[in-house]
Amino acid sequence: MLHLVLFLIFGAICVAGAVNLLVQRHPINSALSLIVVMGSLAVEYLLLGAEFVAAVQVIIYAGAIMVLFVFVIMLLNAGKEELTSGSRIALLLGIPGMLVSSVLVAWVLLAHSGTGAVPVGALPGPPKIIGWLLFHDFLLPFEVTSVLILIAIMGAVVLASPPESVQQSKKEG
Amino acid sequence: MVSVESFVIASIIKTAIALFVLLTAVAYSVWLERKVVGHIQNRWGPTRVGPFGLLQPLADGMKFFFKEDITPPHVYKLLYLAAPVIAVTFALTSISVIPIGNWITVAGVRTPLQITDVNIALLIILGITSMGVYGVALAGWSSNSKYSLLGGLRASAQMISYEVSLGLSLIGVLILSGSFSLREIVDAQGGTFWGFIPRWNIFQGQIFAFFIYLMAAFAETNRIPFDLPEAETELVAGYHTEYSSMKFAMFFMAEYANMITVACLASLLFLGGWHGPLFGPPWLQSILPVFWFVLRVFCFLFVYIWIRGTLPRFRYDQLMAFGWKFLLPLAITNLVITGLIVALKS
Repeated sequence: MLHLVLFLIFGAICVAGAVNLLVQRHPINSALSLIVVMGSLAVEYLLLGAEFVAAVQVIIYAGAIMVLFVFVIMLLNAGKEELTSGSRIALLLGIPGMLVSSVLVAWVLLAHSGTGAVPVGALPGPPKIIGWLLFHDFLLPFEVTSVLILIAIMGAVVLASPPESVQQSKKEG
Repeated sequence: MVSVESFVIASIIKTAIALFVLLTAVAYSVWLERKVVGHIQNRWGPTRVGPFGLLQPLADGMKFFFKEDITPPHVYKLLYLAAPVIAVTFALTSISVIPIGNWITVAGVRTPLQITDVNIALLIILGITSMGVYGVALAGWSSNSKYSLLGGLRASAQMISYEVSLGLSLIGVLILSGSFSLREIVDAQGGTFWGFIPRWNIFQGQIFAFFIYLMAAFAETNRIPFDLPEAETELVAGYHTEYSSMKFAMFFMAEYANMITVACLASLLFLGGWHGPLFGPPWLQSILPVFWFVLRVFCFLFVYIWIRGTLPRFRYDQLMAFGWKFLLPLAITNLVITGLIVALKS
């Protein structure tokens, strides 16, 4: 019972944070709302019995990625966003679109969960089991993902490094 | 089986005691720092208030309360007020999973000397400390002043960089003990090699990991030689330039609470936690583990202050180069070698 109440409360906080993320005009407020979303998602995972995923969610998303977001916003000193005609059209089309798609998703989920919901704690939660699954049963997908991330890192380095002409002029100058 | 009521009462009492002890420890580590740095610099440190200046922290606290609380007109108010609260909240929260001793029985209730024993304690501490950076970063940004902004930027860049090495240095310990629970990690360090060398993780080949942890922890807590976020020679006071009175004191408390957390973690993970020689009557035997643990934390804090009194500050490019080009490769090497040794042994 307490689980369900907490789950609903944090679900509401999560949705409220997500809506606030879109409504806020200042990028730093949006980033902070996203942190709230990440944090309440972590609590939801914890309530579902996935304590490892919850901790990793906080460490990686709320703690590392969002710090980088905030860092970039601070570094660029981004100001308030302005409403353009493009963003007004997006607003007009986006809200009905979002409502339709969320109703669709809810309908699909409700229609196809006839076999009964998975009870809390039925899925692997403790770090030992997750580690075993990751490095034993799903070793190949895990390694392929790591190669993918490596390629992404190299791509970022290539994109971020200045073009060769600039580098040469730096060396000469 | 413990009943719900006794569990709740025990938890409340433990939380109150832990908070009281932590806040007192924070106050007296400031006193310790002023005393030790004073003696290093051939001065006396605080001597006027109480014997050996022992009441100085109380006097300082009173002073903070009665100072004028200024909110500059150019700040971004909501975040400016929230930042010190965020900093001090996360700094105090991490104590909740730190064990300070074995199980004890008080009034028929058997309870661990720890607010709560969870099986992912170490991950929780890492999560909380990684959230703590928001206090500093937001303080820097919301103050709307160039010195604060530079301090906040430096703090977030530095913490992201050194968090990687910090996390990697802990994985060696996790491989050796096979658990995230701090209590199980300490239990795995009981006993001795050949009867006299204690089986602390630092003697089980994690000595490099310990030094990586030490350096990364200094950077995480913004202490000299890594205190660039508040470098007073260039940034006035860094991220807390615009803060006064109790709001400044909150940042101060957060910094020292983080120091104590780091010291506790070092004792638990590398230095054998509360293991030590037990002797004397039963009541002494139940208190001695706590004493050994506190002694380790004290020694670690002393080293912290000693280094503060000894080393100059890094330049910013040196800080980044040291973190990414030296500490990170060293941490990865340590991790690979530890993993290989454990795999070959089993």
